[in-house]
Amino acid sequence: MARYGMVIDTVRCVGCMDCVVACKTENEVPEGLNRDWIAYETRGKHPTLQMEIRTERCNHCDEPPCVTCCPTGASHVEDFGRIVLVTHQECIGCKACLASCPYDARFVHPEGYADKCTFCIHRVKDGLDPACVAVCPTHCMHFGDFDDPNSVVSRLLASRRHHALLVAAGTAPRIFYLD
Amino acid sequence: MTELLITRSNHLVDPYVHVWAWQIPVYLFLGGWVAGMMSLAGYFQWQGRHRDRQCTCVLTPWLGVVLLSLGMFALFLDLEHKRYFWRLYTTFEIASPMSWGAWILVVVYPALLAAALVQPPQWLRRAVPATEALASWLESRPALVRAVGLASLVLGLALGIYTGILLSALGARPLWSSAILGPLFLLSGLSSAAAFVHLVARRRDERVFLARADNLFLMLELAAIVLFLIGLATATEAHKQAAGLLLGGPYTAVFWVGVVGLGIAVPLVVQSLAVRHRIQHTPLGPIMVIAGGLALRFVIVYAGQVSHWAPQVAQF
Repeated sequence: MARYGMVIDTVRCVGCMDCVVACKTENEVPEGLNRDWIAYETRGKHPTLQMEIRTERCNHCDEPPCVTCCPTGASHVEDFGRIVLVTHQECIGCKACLASCPYDARFVHPEGYADKCTFCIHRVKDGLDPACVAVCPTHCMHFGDFDDPNSVVSRLLASRRHHALLVAAGTAPRIFYLD
Repeated sequence: MTELLITRSNHLVDPYVHVWAWQIPVYLFLGGWVAGMMSLAGYFQWQGRHRDRQCTCVLTPWLGVVLLSLGMFALFLDLEHKRYFWRLYTTFEIASPMSWGAWILVVVYPALLAAALVQPPQWLRRAVPATEALASWLESRPALVRAVGLASLVLGLALGIYTGILLSALGARPLWSSAILGPLFLLSGLSSAAAFVHLVARRRDERVFLARADNLFLMLELAAIVLFLIGLATATEAHKQAAGLLLGGPYTAVFWVGVVGLGIAVPLVVQSLAVRHRIQHTPLGPIMVIAGGLALRFVIVYAGQVSHWAPQVAQF
């Protein structure tokens, strides 16, 4: 069984927002809402500053609190690729999942259900990359199966220094950023 | 230092999570209040005090049915996908406190109604003779009344704890990541219920008994608040920052003046003087306790949503 995730090279990401536009187009994300976004993080003290630009989205965590807290089972881990999804017709819009996500990756769709990144599961099932990965002009995004030691994402993690976001929140995120 | 700028500005999420407005604190307050009423009424029924027609405690389940229904309505108003609310009852999600809450309410309603029917108010006895007949039938079965009382007491305590656990299970909001929230909300609910009976009780001995009980609940509530803050202030950086919201941050004044001062400390002094016969019993103390209970839910729900794990975020 696959366990899909992403590896994103922060050295290559320039924050062009192509991934954001591709996601909105592919998934018809309503105006004013985003399933993915760009973060510009600056650390340190002048003049020794470090900057990291990265593209962010739902981390499809191995221990997803949004799934645990959901009272109807609408938020679930799909067998296909262990992707975290929401079944729209089961969601009551209680927003517990929005409150439970340390990444604030979810939002309420204007139709009332909780919505977020799906890793473009409809494309992945057809053997394609998610839209954001497919359009990245710097090729900084990699999508693949962490359970396969020979996948590109597994080999990148084995060979490069990397970090994940808010690990202390304890959700075991499945998006990693190369330093 | 770390400066984080993001391009996202999602409704209800940015610049900080504000998914829950007045409906949730109102529901948590009413749920806790009803839980307190059920516990008190259950205790008095367990003690066999239902035979005393002047006893106000055993009448509170009637008000409880109304208040819980109002709370449920507030909860319904909060839902964004209202026409699917019945999905709560097509499954039981064992890890979800909200699912537990939905099913607890299914058990609480009949228990609350049973506790209420043990002693219908006089006007109802006259208006609907069947309630009088049922109450008489129950009165001749003390074991059954004790069982109803016990069920009311246990379910009341469960409901009161649940209103706090609902929030504390959401680990992404550090202010809520404390198991003390369960007992804190339960104590607040018990105190609001005792304050209400103190306010409306017909007989002096019951009024004094409930004022004393309320003083005990208020002192325990103060202790729970202290433990809650110590727990956060001695944990991770995110939890310390969350505690800071109430200890110098934007929610400090409303928490210490509104919740702790006017909602607990002042009524505790007023009611302590009253039970020691230094001053008359006044409605002031109980009203402040009840308002303080509502303020507690508002502060915890609003401040909790602002607390976060991520570094301070700024939008474009």
